[in-house]
Amino acid sequence: MASDSHAPASATEYITHHIQNMTWGQLPAGYERADGHVLEQATWTLAHSAQEARDMGFWAFHLDSLGWAVFLGFIFCFCFYRVAKKASLGVPSKWANFLEMLVEMVDKSVKESFHAKSEVIAPLSLTIFCWVFLMNLMDLVPVDLLPEIAQWISGDPHLYFKVVPTTDPNVTFAMSFMVFLLIIYYSIKSKGIGGFVGELTLQPFGKWMLPFNLILEGVALLAKPVSLALRLFGNLYAGELIFILIALLGWWQLPAHFIWAVFHILIIILQAFIFMMLTIVYLSMATEHH
Amino acid sequence: MNFNATFFGQLIAFAVFVWFCMKFIWPLLLGMIEEREKRIADGLAAAEKGEQKLEQAEQRLTEAVEEGKNRAADIIAQAQKRGDEIVEEAKQNARVEGQRQLDAARGEIEQEKEQARQELRQQVAMLAIAGAEQILMREVDRNAHNDVLNKLGADL
Repeated sequence: MASDSHAPASATEYITHHIQNMTWGQLPAGYERADGHVLEQATWTLAHSAQEARDMGFWAFHLDSLGWAVFLGFIFCFCFYRVAKKASLGVPSKWANFLEMLVEMVDKSVKESFHAKSEVIAPLSLTIFCWVFLMNLMDLVPVDLLPEIAQWISGDPHLYFKVVPTTDPNVTFAMSFMVFLLIIYYSIKSKGIGGFVGELTLQPFGKWMLPFNLILEGVALLAKPVSLALRLFGNLYAGELIFILIALLGWWQLPAHFIWAVFHILIIILQAFIFMMLTIVYLSMATEHH
Repeated sequence: MNFNATFFGQLIAFAVFVWFCMKFIWPLLLGMIEEREKRIADGLAAAEKGEQKLEQAEQRLTEAVEEGKNRAADIIAQAQKRGDEIVEEAKQNARVEGQRQLDAARGEIEQEKEQARQELRQQVAMLAIAGAEQILMREVDRNAHNDVLNKLGADL
């Protein structure tokens, strides 16, 4: 917990501060900022309150989520690329062996459930697993450590800084939306547009119940990306919130934090794995004929 | 926690990372892993083959040792036999040679005896003639009485 002059006034303030993203967007002319200052013209700036972030509308960016996500993505690419570049047929180093183990694990999962041929699905699965895992892993960093450092560097004691990208629904929905696009792409690719539309409209009750079928199948189709995104977001958001609550416990936070962190190790791996497995399963369902 | 354009940022980042992984990571790593897997499988197969060969070689070795032992035993037995034979032969030869020498010695003795007898006969004939000469006090015509003398000598 922060303990100096900018200590939060209450637990509520502490929590709300921790669940607000660093939002960068445009505020319209004549907008009154949180500190009472009135903008003379439309300005791109960082939001200084949750209200400001809301008022920035759709065209705003969560710099912290994006920044960490991209940074962790780079770490993923860097690690694997380096190992892939140096890969030789000889005895691999322990680190290379570990990464190869991940690759083999993903490859096995893909081959088990996805029977069609695809260049994309295995690398997609590997990226999802590793990237989601790394983003989830940020949850194990003590909740105040990175925000405090960011506030110290920027000199702004009220800087919003969320370090776990997967607790941002934008991030999880973007990933599941990509999966959704691929589901549609593979459905059309393997069954043709007619087949895909037919699948949506002509079952399970035959052509006389077409609107009913469409609603049923449409919901089933949309439920896939939505559940994918919400499952990951919900788990990580809840986990993060519990870490924040534990951080309010004073000295008791140490054992409590430890216990929850140990438990959370399971969750972050499990969620990354579930996201990957469901992606594979959804895509294999999309390519297979009923 | 607003829904905003972060979505698109993440979408693009996701696409780029997947593309990168697809292009630069996956084929390299998986190709290498499969290659290595093949190599390990080959190595294990070769090891097994080598083991089999070793076993065969060991078996052959045992057989060869066995055969060698048998042959050595045979040779020793043959040598023993041959040795015995040689000893026997030598004994036989010695016996024959001894007999031969004995016979030769006997022959010689016989011959010498004969010779001595011959000489003795002549000398007796001489003596007889000399005696007769003395008795008769005259020369006996050796040539005229040769026949008598020879007859006398042969009777001795």
